[in-house]
Amino acid sequence: MSLLHFIILLPFFAAIIIPYIYKKFNAKIHTGWFVVVIPLVILIHLALQIPNISTGDTILLSMPWIPSLGINFDIYVDGLALLFGLIISGIGTLVVFYSIFYMDKKREELHNFYVYLLLFMGAMLGLVVSDNVFVLYTLWELTSVSSFLLIAYWYERKKSRAGALKAMIITVFGGLAMLAGLILLTMITDTYSLREMFANVTLITESSLFIPAMVLILIGAFTKSAQYPFSIWLPDAMEAPTPISAYLHSATMVKAGIYLVARMTPIFGGNAAWFWMVGGIGVITLIYGSVRAVRQTDLKALLAFSTISQLGLIMSLLGVGSAALYFDIGDAQEIYAFAIFAALFHLFNHSTFKGALFMVVGIIDHETGTRDIRRLGGLMSIMPLTFTIALIGSLSMAGLPPFNGFLSKEMFFTGMLSASEISFFTLEELTILFPIIAWVASVFTFIYCLILLVRPFFGTFKPDKLPKEKIHEAPVGMLIPPAILGALVVLIFFFPNLLANYILKPALISVIPGMTMETVPFKITAWHGFQTELWMTIGVIVLGSILFVAIKKWNIAFRVYPDKLSLNYLYSNGIENLEQGSASFTNRYMTGSIRHYLLYIFVFIVLILGTALIVFDAITFDFSNNAYVTVYDIGILAAMVAATFTVLFTKNRITAIVALGAVGYLMVMLFVIFRAPDLAMTQMVVETATTVLFLLCFYHLPKLEKKIEKMKFKVTNLVVSLAVGVTMTVLTLVATGHQLFTPITTFFENAYELAGAKNIVNAILVDFRGFDTMLEIAVLLIAGIGVYTLVKLQHKGSDSDEAGTK
Amino acid sequence: MKPEPNDVILHTVSKLTAVIIFTFSIDLFWAGHHFPGGGFIGGLTTAAGIVLLYLSFDIERIQTNLPIDYKKLAALGVLISVSTGLAGMIYGDNFLEQTFGYFDLPLFGKTELATAVLFDIGVALAVIGTAVTIITSISEDGL
Repeated sequence: MSLLHFIILLPFFAAIIIPYIYKKFNAKIHTGWFVVVIPLVILIHLALQIPNISTGDTILLSMPWIPSLGINFDIYVDGLALLFGLIISGIGTLVVFYSIFYMDKKREELHNFYVYLLLFMGAMLGLVVSDNVFVLYTLWELTSVSSFLLIAYWYERKKSRAGALKAMIITVFGGLAMLAGLILLTMITDTYSLREMFANVTLITESSLFIPAMVLILIGAFTKSAQYPFSIWLPDAMEAPTPISAYLHSATMVKAGIYLVARMTPIFGGNAAWFWMVGGIGVITLIYGSVRAVRQTDLKALLAFSTISQLGLIMSLLGVGSAALYFDIGDAQEIYAFAIFAALFHLFNHSTFKGALFMVVGIIDHETGTRDIRRLGGLMSIMPLTFTIALIGSLSMAGLPPFNGFLSKEMFFTGMLSASEISFFTLEELTILFPIIAWVASVFTFIYCLILLVRPFFGTFKPDKLPKEKIHEAPVGMLIPPAILGALVVLIFFFPNLLANYILKPALISVIPGMTMETVPFKITAWHGFQTELWMTIGVIVLGSILFVAIKKWNIAFRVYPDKLSLNYLYSNGIENLEQGSASFTNRYMTGSIRHYLLYIFVFIVLILGTALIVFDAITFDFSNNAYVTVYDIGILAAMVAATFTVLFTKNRITAIVALGAVGYLMVMLFVIFRAPDLAMTQMVVETATTVLFLLCFYHLPKLEKKIEKMKFKVTNLVVSLAVGVTMTVLTLVATGHQLFTPITTFFENAYELAGAKNIVNAILVDFRGFDTMLEIAVLLIAGIGVYTLVKLQHKGSDSDEAGTK
Repeated sequence: MKPEPNDVILHTVSKLTAVIIFTFSIDLFWAGHHFPGGGFIGGLTTAAGIVLLYLSFDIERIQTNLPIDYKKLAALGVLISVSTGLAGMIYGDNFLEQTFGYFDLPLFGKTELATAVLFDIGVALAVIGTAVTIITSISEDGL
């Protein structure tokens, strides 16, 4: 295990010890102070790799995990992984720091919170650096699981649980689709390594499984990145504590889908289907998110839809940029590669301004007790610092100078305009829609950014409508993290090429394999004359401002849209029907009657064994090797049959138990006759214990009544029991006549030499097959604990219920 | 409260029988290496002896005189078996690799000592613990 492996796995190690630290220190020190060290260490370590990676180098380290299956935890750090790693650890540090002041150390269950958070951090870091597709998938699902736990962190709230479940169902569904896609890729290329897949791209593009693999992987990416129509889980995920929304549901986890698309671009890019799916879904999500965001009254819901929209923006740029793979190195490639460059730049910018905005909303929520814009207003003079950060964040998101959002928004327009010139894919006449939709969506983006800024901070202060009294500025600790992000927003505007040269370009060359650090020509400039992009931005500002002022006149239009057509309605209705359907189906056979269950078991025994006997044509008898049947055998068997019939026909339960015991003891005699003393003794002791158990249970059972059963019921039972008897008898007789495998008895003949034991049976039990015995006693123990808990805890549970009703 | 039943005979006989059963079960356990017997049978016989005591006296009295938590006993048994398996690994053998040797011990003369017996002790304890746990929890349930 290398140092980098250790660093990547550090969050997992920390997650193990955090509960103990919480127990010992939390009374005095907020657990967050211990946790914040972890992402900081990771951030510093990753930042130290920048000089190395920025020259175009990559790091590859291997660690065996399940070597027998060829699954290794191979770390592959290139520019793309480093970009994500820096975002994960950087925003992670700020979020943990912020949470120290946001999460109350006395009231909240911080050990749970930070363990889930660290679990997520480790999974996400591992995900972006993993080269093995199955490790990638495992960690991908682990991020879904930790997201589920974090959304449901306030699990006593019904909405939290519902939101968590929704997020889980949708993202895990996508994850499974992605797994199928990854398996297809491994089938085509016969490797689990992403790098080796990149080396064999032609193998994949020429395969007939190319399109299925692509669609499946995209479903995974789209569900995770909340792309239309899978986006419905993200607004409900806002039930999580705000630091989590800032971290998972805007900066990192939802970008895992973006990561996957960028990562897979070298494989699928340059294909028309990929272009249309990624780019098309991207712009649809972009406009869907921005239009829906305008309608929201909850600040976090507004941010959620804005995140959906911005993710769509990045996705559409990746789609358009994938056209670069269609060309060889040259001018045409550069035009489209620029879109990918813009995507990576906006990805970084989005993490900065959206992170800051979420923290601002968290502050407002924390200080005023509400996030409803209808109750907020006039906070500018009360919270001047928060307002400043909100101003920077929202204007950057709106795409105004002097903030980084302006730069990436202009580049976004450039990318969309170049998309309209595409003439080499199918449906090229539709490509003109890209810049149009992009522009309209930007207008709405501008409007919701103004809503976010104006409604809580301007206007009149309404203290009587707020749940909390004495509203004041947030504590310094809560202001520092968003202030750092706000400062980054401004700094990146003035020095964009610092970021571009060291972090974005290395990331770009990992998305477009043909390029090297020397050949990437891009330079980010704020001013490039009065070009179409600038006119588009000016148009957005003008129209956006007009529409914002007149918002009351036109947002009635939203009400016309019927709820029954909404995606949420479809989802909840679908889930409900699915649950009802499966419940009614299951209830049809899970009757709660043990008779029915035994019936199923026996029917299946007969069906499977009987079919096997017939299909393999196995019913041949060979008694030539059998021993003679003695008079003792016949006598014991006759007694056994008699005892069995006694069990069936007796009216007294205790007689039945004794008769059943008699069958067992007669079996002991059979073992004695066949000279198997160990078996005989074991059978005898087991029989004794079973009889005692039966007698104990007998105490609880109702009196044996001979109910008059329906004839049909009796006949069915008779048929089934006869069938079982016949099948088992035939099977036994057939089995004695066949010898498919060489007997292993020779192996045990030298027991005394090998195990020092003259008793072969015991030598087998404790030595030759010791592993079996060990697992058997483990199972025995588990069964014992199971009985104990079922009997004892059931009592305790009913006691507390009674206490509750009293 | 029910009147104390007069079961002197039962008490006396089961006291005597219990001793015999326990002695026999130990013999069964030791015999296992070379003759019929072993951890499973020995353990189950011991459990039968304990259950006999429970049946003829009552659970409280046996618990005060024989204060054993049978759940922990079962867990201990599994732990012993697993750790004898691990012990082999310390000496570079495979997991659960058993060994044996012949030693000259005072009083006993030439004696065979096998690690398999340690493993078997674990099996016996697990069986005793589980069997008594199951039987007592079901019977207590009815009280």
